[in-house]
Amino acid sequence: MRMLWAAIAGGLFGLGLIVSGMTNTRKVLGWLDFFGDWDPTLAFVMGGAILPMAAAWAFARRRRPVLGGRFPEANTSGPDRALALGAVLFGMGWGLVGLCPGPALASLSFGGWQGLVFLIAMAAGMYLAPPIKRRLTKPA
Amino acid sequence: MMDWMMGLLGGLMIGCAGALYLLVNGRVMGASGIMGGVIDGSGRTVERIAFIAGLIMVPAFVAWMTGWGQTHATSSVGLLVAAGLLVGLGTRIGNGCTSGHGVCGISRLSLRGIVSTVIYIGAGAVTVAALRALGGM
Repeated sequence: MRMLWAAIAGGLFGLGLIVSGMTNTRKVLGWLDFFGDWDPTLAFVMGGAILPMAAAWAFARRRRPVLGGRFPEANTSGPDRALALGAVLFGMGWGLVGLCPGPALASLSFGGWQGLVFLIAMAAGMYLAPPIKRRLTKPA
Repeated sequence: MMDWMMGLLGGLMIGCAGALYLLVNGRVMGASGIMGGVIDGSGRTVERIAFIAGLIMVPAFVAWMTGWGQTHATSSVGLLVAAGLLVGLGTRIGNGCTSGHGVCGISRLSLRGIVSTVIYIGAGAVTVAALRALGGM
C-alpha cells in the first residue's frame, strides 16, 4: 500500500510539474530573471501548491497518517549555517541551468542527454554532501 | 490557456500530491530528500523508489500523449555538470529544495523553509544576472 500511494503521489507531482511548465527550463530561468524579461509563472505554481498543502498540515493536527506511523515533526531549531550554505549552492546550480530535483526527475524521459548529464551530476553531488554537512553542523 | 493559469492548475496538482503523501504516507514530499535518501540508503527505499517511478513515468506518458515535453536545457556539458553538482550538494547540505522547503516548508510556516526559499531564489537570481552579464544567455 505504501508503494502504491507513493507512486500515485509521485505521479501527481510529475503531472503538476509538466502541466505548470516547470519542466521547461526557460520558464524557470525566466522567473529568476528579475532584472530582465521576468516570468511570474513560478509564483502561481508555488501559490497553487501551498494552498492544498497548508490545508493538509492543518488537517494533520491531532491525527495520524492513514497508513500508520506519525507525521514528521517540524524542525524548530531555526536556520543554521548548513541550511544557508546549502540554499546558496542550490540556488546557484538552479540558476545555471533551470533544473531542480523534482523537474530533473520528471523530465528524465524527454529531457534528452542534457537531462541525464544533469541528473547524474546531481546524484554525485548528493552522494558527496553528507561529510561536508557533518563538518558544518559540528559545534564550532 | 494562459501560462499563469496552467501554472496555478499545475501548482494545485503539486500541492495535492504533497497533501496525499503527507496524509496517507505520513511523509514530507521533498524531491531532493526522497532521491537523496535512496542514495544514502537511509531507509524507506522501496517507498521512495515507488514515488520516483511515478514521478518519471506519468510525465513520460503525458509528454508522449501531448508533445509537451521540452526542457530547452542548455547543451553546455560544463554548465550541466556544474549545475547538477551544485544542486545535489546544496539540497542535501541545506536539507531541501523547491518542493521540500518551498512547498511543504512554507505551507507549515516553517522559518527554515522560508529562509531557505528566500536564499535560493536570491542566489538563483544573482546567478542568472551574472550569466547574462557574461553573455552566457
